[in-house]
Amino acid sequence: MSQRSRSVPAVLAVAALAAAGLSACSTPEASPGVTDDTITVGTHTPLTGPAAAGYSSISAATKAYFDYVNDNGGINGRSIEYVVKDDGYNPATTQTVVRELVQEDEVFAVLNGLGTPTHSSVVDYLNENEVPDLFVASGSPKWDQPGTYPWTFAYNASYIVEAKALATYAQETWPGKTYCVLGQDDDFGTDFTTGLITVLGADGLASTQTYSVSVQDVVAQIGAMQAAGCEVNFLATVNGFTALALGTAAKMKYQAQWVSSSSGGDYPTLVGYLGEDVAPLLLQGFVSSNYLPFSPDDEWVALFREINDEYNGGAPFSGNTVFGMSVGFLFAQALAKAGDDPTRESVLDALEVGALTGNGIVPLSFSKDSHAAFEGVGITAVDQGVQDYVGDVFTTDGGDGDVVPYTGEPVALEGDGIPTA
Amino acid sequence: MNRRQRLPGQRPLVRTLALAAGWTAVALLGTFALDPFRNYQLALVAAYLCATAGLTVLVGATGQLSLGHAALMAVGGYGYALTSNALPFEGAARFVVALLAGAAASAVVGLLLGLAAARLSGPYLAGLTLAVVVALPAVASTWSTVLHGDQGVQTDFEGVPDALRRIIALEQWQAMVAVVVAAVVVTGLALLRGGRFGLRMQAVRDDEVAARLSGIPAGRVKVLAFAASSVAAGLGGAVLCFVAQAVSPGAYTLGFSLLLVVAVVIGGLGSILGAALGSAVIVLLPWLIGRLTAGLPTDAAQRLDGNLAVLVFGLLLITVMALAPQGLHGALASRRRRRPPDTPRQIDEPAPQKVLVPTEEQR
Repeated sequence: MSQRSRSVPAVLAVAALAAAGLSACSTPEASPGVTDDTITVGTHTPLTGPAAAGYSSISAATKAYFDYVNDNGGINGRSIEYVVKDDGYNPATTQTVVRELVQEDEVFAVLNGLGTPTHSSVVDYLNENEVPDLFVASGSPKWDQPGTYPWTFAYNASYIVEAKALATYAQETWPGKTYCVLGQDDDFGTDFTTGLITVLGADGLASTQTYSVSVQDVVAQIGAMQAAGCEVNFLATVNGFTALALGTAAKMKYQAQWVSSSSGGDYPTLVGYLGEDVAPLLLQGFVSSNYLPFSPDDEWVALFREINDEYNGGAPFSGNTVFGMSVGFLFAQALAKAGDDPTRESVLDALEVGALTGNGIVPLSFSKDSHAAFEGVGITAVDQGVQDYVGDVFTTDGGDGDVVPYTGEPVALEGDGIPTA
Repeated sequence: MNRRQRLPGQRPLVRTLALAAGWTAVALLGTFALDPFRNYQLALVAAYLCATAGLTVLVGATGQLSLGHAALMAVGGYGYALTSNALPFEGAARFVVALLAGAAASAVVGLLLGLAAARLSGPYLAGLTLAVVVALPAVASTWSTVLHGDQGVQTDFEGVPDALRRIIALEQWQAMVAVVVAAVVVTGLALLRGGRFGLRMQAVRDDEVAARLSGIPAGRVKVLAFAASSVAAGLGGAVLCFVAQAVSPGAYTLGFSLLLVVAVVIGGLGSILGAALGSAVIVLLPWLIGRLTAGLPTDAAQRLDGNLAVLVFGLLLITVMALAPQGLHGALASRRRRRPPDTPRQIDEPAPQKVLVPTEEQR
């Protein structure tokens, strides 16, 4: 008897799966996810797990924006359905949920998939299956490769662009100081540091420290920076670790100028970590970068606040809210430009002819040769508990091109924030 | 192997292999009947089966409980990924070499763990293996220049070979590869357990002192059994890395490691068929629950997402233990046989307190 079960298991597994699949067997249609009055898109994002705290509000904001658009007639008569799947920031789960989106929910496109390690695990799959992979929520330069990944478009300004702009601002504002960096021990930290070195030079950083997200302690790193006499510290950290770094430095009575990537420089989120009482003190003078409208008196921000109150249950308004709604706006714009009967190809064409404006403070860079969204950022600073642009805006590329001041105007709000063809 | 040397209950090697090849062919043909998502799930089941089959043989045949098989899968996955990235050539050769490297890496780690495991038993062994899983993220971040910390290692995309590209979809190709690897692992484990080494494992499990008195090197048997089980898990991890193109500590959490044990227990401890059933359960259940909760309001669905599955697994485990202590396979087998309770067979059954001993039916 002992030999019975040799490879029966595999067959049984097939049988079990076949049974489960009877109801869901499907063949792809011409333009999946589009009906006469709806268009379905999906995303993968962390709603549970350690990364959820910083990012789960993004997909909720995008959904709120789509609800707002749908209540006002949709885009070309179609309402936008947004399917949000939790991947817990785990690449293995991302694999599963993205396949569910594409094969079971038959989404038109994957929108704003979040995270470098997570999205890296599905970018080949999406391009293999020619599914539009729009506005990836990560600053990795990986998404801007039209040759390798023709269906993938980035959203965030790349970490390299951000770092080059911040380093240029630091050199102009605090010349001759000792510069250091604390970075996450993955592509985020590495790419950001690459950008810094491009501007500051190979010996421009007195100390390069790294941390791992799974170790909730940066005393050793901050101590090393203090010992190295660092005066201007760049941060390639997620929001939780920006707060941790600043809090640790304060405990060690270590005063420095902090300059953070936009991924970890969202003031309202940092206040959530540090507490209402000490945050304005610890974050006074805190410099970061941004490419989306964020001034308290901005017309986009006013509109997004209204949508947030009406369609998002008045959730706390943060940089994530603006980010999520801006992504929604950009997708709506792409859809509006893609014609009355949008197909996957027509959306791609709309993006590549450069028909989109977005709502950033610098123009979008989408073209046939560039799948990067923002090749420039503005500098923000915190003063008296208010984070706002200080006026400096830089544009540059992801390579070793020059960093150029940008003098154009931000994209203005038109027609209640609902794009038209 | 000649007839006189054959052990009680053992089948001829040729017949075993023929049977294995036959069933594998059936499974491969079965992939044509499935849509891409089902094939993807089949690939996951096959990858998990490698690990659960190894685990069930280890627990069932030697009585060593490992809570750390997820870590051993991760070792196989990292071995596969690092080798695959380092190799200068592509295609099938790269896959095979990387797979073997993954197996070798998990064999080495399994051997080291086994050396410690052979000196421990019961909760102490469970504790040791548990510690290995818990340590995985720290290991990945300590050697982050090689293992890339929490982000993990990404591998190149292995598409469908050009010759088959027209008839086979990506998911189907991945499922076929996974099925073949799982078939090799399961056949290997079945041969191992059905042969001389299997008898030794059982002898050591039932009474270590008696086994030693009979001249069986108990320590060596336990270490080798652990290493063999580790190789099976490592191959599972390598296949998973082939499918996911990435290996990271986040994919091999403590929760996942315990889920492997749950799969083995639900399927029936010691039964490879049970391991297959259990693997299918741990792949399909979270997905089914996701489908069921999809109709709920967004807020409620988001609250339940990821949490409800854990609850259902707990309930399922309790239900299976209460109604069918020998797992799904045990329940199926006893229903099929309907053996009267007073046949001599039952008297031969092991004493009830030896919960880790599989019955003849289970095997």
